[in-house]
Amino acid sequence: MEVKTAGSVGEIYRISGPLVVAEGLKAKMYDVCKVGEDGLMGEVVGIRGDKILIQVYEDTSGIRPGEKVVNTGMPLSVELGPGMLGTIYDGIQRPLPALKEASGDFIGRGIEAPGLDRKKKWAFKPTVKKGDKVKGGDIIGVVKETELIAEHRILVPPNVSGTITEIYEGDFTVEDTIAVLDNGMELKLYHKWPVRIPRPYVEKLPPEIPLITGQRILDTFFPVAKGGTAAIPGPFGSGKTVTQHQLAKWADAQIIVYIGCGERGNEMTEVLEEFPELKDPRTGRPLMERTILIANTSNMPVAAREASVYTGITIAEYFRDMGYDVAIQADSTSRWAEAMREISGRLEEMPGEEGYPAYLASRLAEFYERAGRVKTLSGHIGSVTVVGAVSPPGGDFSEPVTQNTLRIVKVFWALDAKLAARRHFPAINWLQSYSLYADVLRPWFEKNVAPDWGELRNWAMEVLQEEANLQEIVQLVGSDALPDAQRILLEVARMIREIFLIQYAYDPVDTYCPLEKQYDMLKGIKMINDWMFKALEMGKTVEEIINVPGKEKFARAKFEENYKPIMEEALEEIRKNLLGE
Amino acid sequence: MGKEYKTITDIAGPLVFLEKTEPVAYGELVTITLPDGTTRRGQVLDTAKDFVVVQVFEGTRGLDKSCSVRFTGDVVKLNCSKDMLGRILSGSGDPIDGGPKIVPEERREIIGAAINPYARQYPREFIQTGISAIDGMNTLVRGQKLPIFSGSGLPHNDIALQIARQAKVRGTEEEFAIVFAAMGITYEEAHQFMKEFERTGALERAVVFLNLASDPAIERLITPRMALTAAEFLAYEYDYHILVILTDMTNYCEALREISAAREEVPGRRGYPGYMYTDLATIYERAGRIRGRKGTITQMPILTMPGDDITHPIPDLTGYITEGQIVLSRELHAKGIYPPIDVLPSLSRLMKEGIGKGMTREDHKEWNDQMYAAYAEGVDLRGLVAIVGEEALSERDRRYLKFADEFERRFVNQGKYEDRDIEYTLDLGWELLAILPEEELTKIRREYIEKYHPKYRKKKAEGEAEKAEAAA
Repeated sequence: MEVKTAGSVGEIYRISGPLVVAEGLKAKMYDVCKVGEDGLMGEVVGIRGDKILIQVYEDTSGIRPGEKVVNTGMPLSVELGPGMLGTIYDGIQRPLPALKEASGDFIGRGIEAPGLDRKKKWAFKPTVKKGDKVKGGDIIGVVKETELIAEHRILVPPNVSGTITEIYEGDFTVEDTIAVLDNGMELKLYHKWPVRIPRPYVEKLPPEIPLITGQRILDTFFPVAKGGTAAIPGPFGSGKTVTQHQLAKWADAQIIVYIGCGERGNEMTEVLEEFPELKDPRTGRPLMERTILIANTSNMPVAAREASVYTGITIAEYFRDMGYDVAIQADSTSRWAEAMREISGRLEEMPGEEGYPAYLASRLAEFYERAGRVKTLSGHIGSVTVVGAVSPPGGDFSEPVTQNTLRIVKVFWALDAKLAARRHFPAINWLQSYSLYADVLRPWFEKNVAPDWGELRNWAMEVLQEEANLQEIVQLVGSDALPDAQRILLEVARMIREIFLIQYAYDPVDTYCPLEKQYDMLKGIKMINDWMFKALEMGKTVEEIINVPGKEKFARAKFEENYKPIMEEALEEIRKNLLGE
Repeated sequence: MGKEYKTITDIAGPLVFLEKTEPVAYGELVTITLPDGTTRRGQVLDTAKDFVVVQVFEGTRGLDKSCSVRFTGDVVKLNCSKDMLGRILSGSGDPIDGGPKIVPEERREIIGAAINPYARQYPREFIQTGISAIDGMNTLVRGQKLPIFSGSGLPHNDIALQIARQAKVRGTEEEFAIVFAAMGITYEEAHQFMKEFERTGALERAVVFLNLASDPAIERLITPRMALTAAEFLAYEYDYHILVILTDMTNYCEALREISAAREEVPGRRGYPGYMYTDLATIYERAGRIRGRKGTITQMPILTMPGDDITHPIPDLTGYITEGQIVLSRELHAKGIYPPIDVLPSLSRLMKEGIGKGMTREDHKEWNDQMYAAYAEGVDLRGLVAIVGEEALSERDRRYLKFADEFERRFVNQGKYEDRDIEYTLDLGWELLAILPEEELTKIRREYIEKYHPKYRKKKAEGEAEKAEAAA
């Protein structure tokens, strides 16, 4: 029989940083407790004899042994319903604007703030009627949440089913009853779900549709599938955060969940200030309307940082269950792993590699496994794509977090400090990175963009690989000593790097490159390549060929919205110069 | 006034263990009285019903089990007042300049609460430091935290002083002050700072916290927090723009490791505690601007990289929290270049919003990309020259080599008292870019090349002169 733990009261025995030990308390693992006179929120992370170990989400200074601890009996949960889009939360789903209202510019302690606005009314339109049988995950109606997400679909909580006896249309707050089931269960616009338990679905589907990001190196070379997993490891200063921001801005998911996990305060502010100004390239609406931000900066309590990742993915799963494509960015999973390490250390657990807990690998795997393209309980298809940034100490990819992440994820975007130092952005190393989806997604690209997409991509990759081999020789003897054909190849590789791969995140046009333009650019370079080799056969000197006029104009086409006329003009000029009329 | 206890059971390194106390709060301030009547201060690190662990800031030398321990019921606080300006305080906030006690307007907890990210304002006001390698290449803005990664024996102190002396936001005459916190630096170094502050009159608008190498190491854990509390008080109560210089963060981290070892905690990398990232973040993240408040806090922590190793945990974790870094190079220093800033690994994450039209100059962003790319190329070519000799290079490559040399000798190199304005820095950069063939300037748009490239400027100047002549 289950022991009732809700309402149980105990006493603090010991306080050591974010870890509080209580005694005389009835508790299950992961019960949420209110600790001390201030009622700080915490979560049970261990039980040793009669002592209960609680990790507290807020600063514990000033708390004394002997103060009371009250168990809520509930696991850490989030509120799922309309009103989340456009909001910024801390790691345990407290809206930061509400915290600011309660405690000013600095975050106070013991503040309770519900994740969803209790006063706001939403116009609810039922899509089922009296007498309909519903089961967990079914859609019973819709609410217009934002212009971008006009249909926030209201779901029956996954563990509830029955026949509808009452259902109402009209304006409701999230706490009003909108429907009643025959078993007496009242349904509301929201329900709660424990963050550490994945939400159920019918089945996982194979990933076969790419997540289009508008970033050339990602889409063309190392694509990620909707429902896939990707990792971006890189040393500091190599552009992880910019890449994550670019994905959050331009990825063609319907919902973006951005988790700032243990990162810089100013960077979250940047997102907050910038996103409402940015327009969705497809609909022209502010991007904030499809975005949920979770900000637990590095100086906010470490336990809440550990929880923030789960909070984020649970919210993502909720939107997936409505049949949406969701992309979640976790920046950075290393900070999350460090939070685990810190708490594990306080629990005096036996450490694994580099002091990380032995369960690091399984926790990372569990998290990434919550990604996927699924058939939802209501029969829709939705997906959660997870992109995790990794911040390896000293840029050393052999450290445990990077290694354990790479064992799980299918796409690896390796950031390179050397490229960053040369201001080659995005500083993604094309030789180290890989995408295991490239082959699965190839048919999609060939059907939807161009039939020779895969061929073109492989050609470009080969050129870059060949360039890397030649570079070693060039380092020794200089490029002038190479045979003519190889010198042309080096020039073509340079064009691929500098024209195609370098993409300016801060240029208003180049920041987002549609697939067609990506294809045209690469195709153009391939055409120039072919002409160059033909010109060589025709007896032109290699200097004439590699310095052919018109290249500069071709390079500038990427900064133009209407790039086609310029690109065609440039190509025509290059062709004439190489091959004559 | 709390109760006194004489129940010390163990003393280990900087820690004192007690038993049989009334409930003691976590983080509570503790006073320990020695048999000879002197007192030390400490803070509760761990508290339970039957034991308490106290870390003693001034060290445990001379302590024994007969010492009496008093829990004050209060957490560590700093006496804050506008009169702090011009004063020299110890690492734990007591005046050591022979002046009167500071009459507090307010007593503030030194553990600052986290700024709500929602309340922050994104920093975008350009600070001109007068140093080309910073202003041009890695621009500093108000509210940024930009550390200097140095090595032992490099002139980081001179650079910090030069920045403190020259830093200004152009076109404003706002209240500006410096909070300087020294942690474990030598008397000589401290003396250099003090002398310079006095000489330039900067001391009047500075608050100085001194924990010297001979002072207790544990005190270093509170010194930067004292300093930041003072900075927050002045910035948010009196609208000052504060530049906080923290030197040397490496000593702070050593103290952190010492405490961790004494508590027998599971060590992370190289013996530093697993929570060092979080701990450093609670210091660095106290920089910034808040919407609706006039004052700002800009941080410039200085740290010496052990063995010049940028992957060492101290610079590494710092780099992940701060908004960039200024890296000093032993090689440039050996070449006699001051400031020996190696721009390639250096970075300012906030510069993109602080430069450009209306802030510095319209061409700054693209100019910056081009300068970086060109210098990186030149430095790479040096490796090639070492193997094949300069004769084997193409004309283009030789120009890049020349660019890299001139970049170091003319652009990076400048006088300790040379205050270059941003236009001078940018124009100097253009002079260097003119060394390269014009078609290599692919990162700058045509319009700016024609406007700022010396070749066109000269032509334009000549053209105007001709016009003037013709008119005459």
